Amino acid sequence: MLSEKVRGEIRGVLRNYKNLRSACMAALQIIQREAGHITEADMSDVASLLGVNPVQVEEVGAFYTMYNVRKPVGRHHIQVCTNLSCSLLGAGHIVNFIERLLKIKTGGTTQDKRFTLSTVECLGSCATAPMMQVDEDYYENLTEERINEILDGLK
Amino acid sequence: MEKILLKNLNNPGGHTLDNYIAGGGYRAVKEALKLGHDHIIQMVKDSGLRGRGGAGFPTGLKWSFIPKEVYPKYLCCNADEGEPGTFKDRGIIEYDPHLLLEGMIIASYAIGAISAYIYIRGEFAFGAKRLWEAIKEAYEKGLLGKNILGSDFSIDIYVHRGFGAYICGEETALLESIEGFRGQPRKKPPFPAVWGLYGKPTVINNVETLSCIPSIILNGPKWFSSMGSEKSPGPKLYCVSGHVNRPGLYELPMGTPLREIVYNHAGGIKGGRNLKAVIPGGVTAPMLIEKELDVPMDFDSLAKIGSMLGSGGVVVMDDTTCMVKAAYIINRFFSHESCGKCTPCREGTHWMTEVLKRIEYGEGKPGDVELLEGVCANIFGRTFCPLGDGAVMALRGALKNFRDEFAYHVENKRCAARGGFGAIGVWE
Ligand SMILES: Cc1cc2nc3c(=O)[nH]c(=O)nc-3n(C[C@H](O)[C@H](O)[C@H](O)COP(=O)(O)O)c2cc1C
Ligand code: SF4
Ligand code: FES
Repeated sequence: MLSEKVRGEIRGVLRNYKNLRSACMAALQIIQREAGHITEADMSDVASLLGVNPVQVEEVGAFYTMYNVRKPVGRHHIQVCTNLSCSLLGAGHIVNFIERLLKIKTGGTTQDKRFTLSTVECLGSCATAPMMQVDEDYYENLTEERINEILDGLK
Repeated sequence: MEKILLKNLNNPGGHTLDNYIAGGGYRAVKEALKLGHDHIIQMVKDSGLRGRGGAGFPTGLKWSFIPKEVYPKYLCCNADEGEPGTFKDRGIIEYDPHLLLEGMIIASYAIGAISAYIYIRGEFAFGAKRLWEAIKEAYEKGLLGKNILGSDFSIDIYVHRGFGAYICGEETALLESIEGFRGQPRKKPPFPAVWGLYGKPTVINNVETLSCIPSIILNGPKWFSSMGSEKSPGPKLYCVSGHVNRPGLYELPMGTPLREIVYNHAGGIKGGRNLKAVIPGGVTAPMLIEKELDVPMDFDSLAKIGSMLGSGGVVVMDDTTCMVKAAYIINRFFSHESCGKCTPCREGTHWMTEVLKRIEYGEGKPGDVELLEGVCANIFGRTFCPLGDGAVMALRGALKNFRDEFAYHVENKRCAARGGFGAIGVWE
């Protein structure tokens, strides 16, 4: 069940649009921000709020890669850019370093559920390569030292 | 050159409404409300402004296609900025969100829209926050909402966040996405000017395009068209990344030679090494080599030599770069971002990536280079939207200049550039 807070926020975005369905993306974003991922039940709740079929919500959840649908992630989601500019400046090393540090492979989650590691396409921060996004924040000009500091600060 | 788009780049607090107004901000809206719709559209036409989202379509002309008698109309600002190597719209949004809002208010007034959306890519969470704050400030000062500045014009601006789909930068996929669907392109025609958001007349413009508008209103079209290239005037944001000493965002007159951007502004190649290739306009734009560096960075000059200005994302690669790996990374991006609507792109880009991957990993088979060329030929011109063609253009650009290197990889199972093919993740 969606919490009253989440429902309230979703109702708040409805007036931005001409029809209810348009609020689908925002609704799923609100849910994911609160819970880290999106469940089957969330999607049918959104569907009834917006008056659409659950499969239409599912479709949106599946298409956009930032939604973690039925896929719990760690408390912090590390996303390293491995597109061209970042790779030219060592993104591959950064990925390998974090894999060794956290003892997980890309795509995996640490046993204590603290971190999930993913690689992503260009995040629009190419002049400060290599870079990564952790949760909603960008961390740029990465070095091994910086990564140690950053990850230590995320409990 | 006086900075127009990046004047607040090094101005802490420059993103607030008070600072924006102190710097002369929102005077252009007042001016525009006096001028009237047709006059503004004529000014934008006369300025010669061409869309900065990639295609370079004349902005005033686009606005003039909006039918007068159909209601409501919409303006959508394209802030999806996903083209690898590009970070210019993010710069404007984070450092000068009111510049964009002012441009959007004027554009909405000119075309008669009373609702406007900013479609911002989901990863730009900070940018979205900046926009929400700026919009809130603007409502409080009566610059947005009902009867702005006491006029009879009302305008609302909303932020719609994408959530990880490069294809939503394509204007009709963007509209699908706002409507709550998967972001897959629509058939054109009908063009958005006639049948756009919710089936109503819609203008879609890039962030940088809209941010040029206030200064055109204030200083006049002649002032604008006196800057830059004759056929693509005005200021331009260039994003420089890769193997340069001073990567960053540079505002320069449109048509600044690529060599000047790389060597003067971005400080030349890192570590004193030599340049191998430069991508001039985001990874879709075919790469150029040293002897092509004097090209003026504008739409027509780059098209003439078989590349494109695209998003203005300049990616510099030095002589240690393995072109097979670069091509593989670029192509992997396209196959990841293919929306799946049409077969040549959906299947073709995946196939290309597989072949490039095995060549890169030293598992290439004889005939693989020809195979790649064959797949390119089967995709090109047969896709529903330009993404599939873009993947082909990028790979052809690499093959045109570095075919030998691909062949060497296949034959010798290793890289000519570095003496070892290495796995992904071991670039050097
Ligand atoms: C695959 C694809 C991706 C695109 N991505 C963007 C983008 O991220 N931002 C953008 O402004 N335009 C992008 N465009 C171009 C838009 O479709 C459209 O031409 C542009 O937003 C129009 O604005 P303008 O006239 O101000 O340039 C893309 C086009 C394609 C085919
Ligand atoms: S070319 Fe690619 S991105 Fe464009 S519609 Fe076809 S599958 Fe989708
Ligand atoms: S390539 Fe990594 S942020 Fe653009």
